[in-house]
Amino acid sequence: MESNFPTSLRIVIIRAMLKLAGLLLLILIAGGVYLIRDIHLKNAAYEASIAKTVVEDTFNEEEWDKIENGIHVRTGLIDAEGLMTVVSNCTSCHSAKLITQNRMSAERWNETIKWMQKTQGLWELGGNQEIIVNYLVTNYPSKKKGRRMILENIEWYELEN
Amino acid sequence: MKRKEFIKKAALSSFAVLLGTDIVFGSKILKGYTPIALQGPDDPFTLFKKDKGMVVLNDKPWNIEAQAHLLNDDITPNASMFIRNNGLVPEGIDANTWTLTIDGESAAIQKTYTLAELKSKFKHYTYQLAIECGGNGRNEFDPPAKGNQWTVGAVHCASWTGVRLKDILEDVGIKSNAVYIGFHGVDKHLSRDPKKEPISRGCPMAKAMQDETLLAFKMNGKDIPLVHGFPLRLVAGGWPASVSGKWVNRISVRNKVHDGTKMEGAYKVPCNPVAPGEKVKEEDMCIIESMPVKSLITSPKTGAIISGKSLKIRGHAWAGELEVAKMEYSIDFGSTWTSCPIGKPANRLAWQHFSATVQFPKSGYYEIWARATDSRGLAQPMLLPGWNPKGYLNNACHRIAIKVK
Repeated sequence: MESNFPTSLRIVIIRAMLKLAGLLLLILIAGGVYLIRDIHLKNAAYEASIAKTVVEDTFNEEEWDKIENGIHVRTGLIDAEGLMTVVSNCTSCHSAKLITQNRMSAERWNETIKWMQKTQGLWELGGNQEIIVNYLVTNYPSKKKGRRMILENIEWYELEN
Repeated sequence: MKRKEFIKKAALSSFAVLLGTDIVFGSKILKGYTPIALQGPDDPFTLFKKDKGMVVLNDKPWNIEAQAHLLNDDITPNASMFIRNNGLVPEGIDANTWTLTIDGESAAIQKTYTLAELKSKFKHYTYQLAIECGGNGRNEFDPPAKGNQWTVGAVHCASWTGVRLKDILEDVGIKSNAVYIGFHGVDKHLSRDPKKEPISRGCPMAKAMQDETLLAFKMNGKDIPLVHGFPLRLVAGGWPASVSGKWVNRISVRNKVHDGTKMEGAYKVPCNPVAPGEKVKEEDMCIIESMPVKSLITSPKTGAIISGKSLKIRGHAWAGELEVAKMEYSIDFGSTWTSCPIGKPANRLAWQHFSATVQFPKSGYYEIWARATDSRGLAQPMLLPGWNPKGYLNNACHRIAIKVK
């Protein structure tokens, strides 16, 4: 069928419609996210009311998830498969330090996740649980310590006595 | 981690809390913003006036430990005192309006005192009290126990001034069926759910009624620093530090073992010994009471290279409810032990000080191991003591590395 509109105008209209569709899609996604995150956002609103004063700082988009020398700078976690799943599911509630200083087997991580779900308000992780646990046991494997460890990382210094 | 990176990280992880879990969504809104409280000089060292050598184990909640050499003072200054929090440090505390309520099934009546009344009505006492986190030394257990991986620095012996809990309880009146006291504080749960208490532990009546169990309002002669429990803290020397509740505004006198948060599932060890890694049912776990005998070499700092053949060492030893009766050190991995003098405690439940001049037979690498023995004759083990699922009560000998040129 032949259009009454000139080609250039048609392109403009199609572009506008695409933009509109895109916007609708965004609203739908945002709405969905809002519903899922409702509880957290309520918490967020509460926290935000406390931390009212915000000021400009140096963080920019590039730095937010910057990787430096194989380390995710914001959390200190090793950059490997599953990193962002761990970052978004774990470090919003507790420090990444709690992850990196604990070295456990898959079984014990799974138990710990269950404990966090039972007592600490962690949500169902679904398929992400396997990704998270694999990331943890691969990048933070448990070390054999035996009944007593060798003294390590000694900073030697001269002592006058 | 470098401090600067740390501050940045701390600020950003707090933002993640602000915005829930959606990082992509969050990053768009938060770009370029950070709460003023987490910026610049307000790093944990400045915020809590801590020595720069303190080690941050966790920033949400704050958990910070000392290193052995930072604990060299007889009375631990605030700068070297470990911080262990289960929840968020409370905000906006006003000592002028602070009250303490005594309630519970076994309190004769429910009674509320203002802080000023507590200070004016009851006699003040000052004690030096060794207070150690039940999980101090957790990092050495194998298989590992989850939680903050404390090494040696979750212990301090500050001077606490306050009123005796027993004086208050006697003023209120205690029924004959009283079993336990439980404290309640105003710190917030990490989830900020106001219905959840981050921690509410306590002790049996016998411990509550000891002379040295105080409701303290001063630490080392000054108002207690906020992070250590301002304006009122329960202090119970010799027991896991979790009994010494911070920001206390209510004490419940219970007719049963207190059932507050972290009375179940935490601060317990197997009633009977178990093999490393064994699963233990909750009903087979017993509440930790007195902490075991332990010691620390606080001078010199580990890693000293010396040119002479002798070296002065010093440190502290403590034994929970008991006293340290004997102090020894070894430079040959326990083949021989040499006794050294151990001072009397300033008062019951204070740590005791030791010093010695160690002689080295020849050049080389040495470890100085310290071993304290309590008044019952129980000594610190050189190996890890009995494994337990939560990694408590590691009182294995402390040691420092030395090179003699």
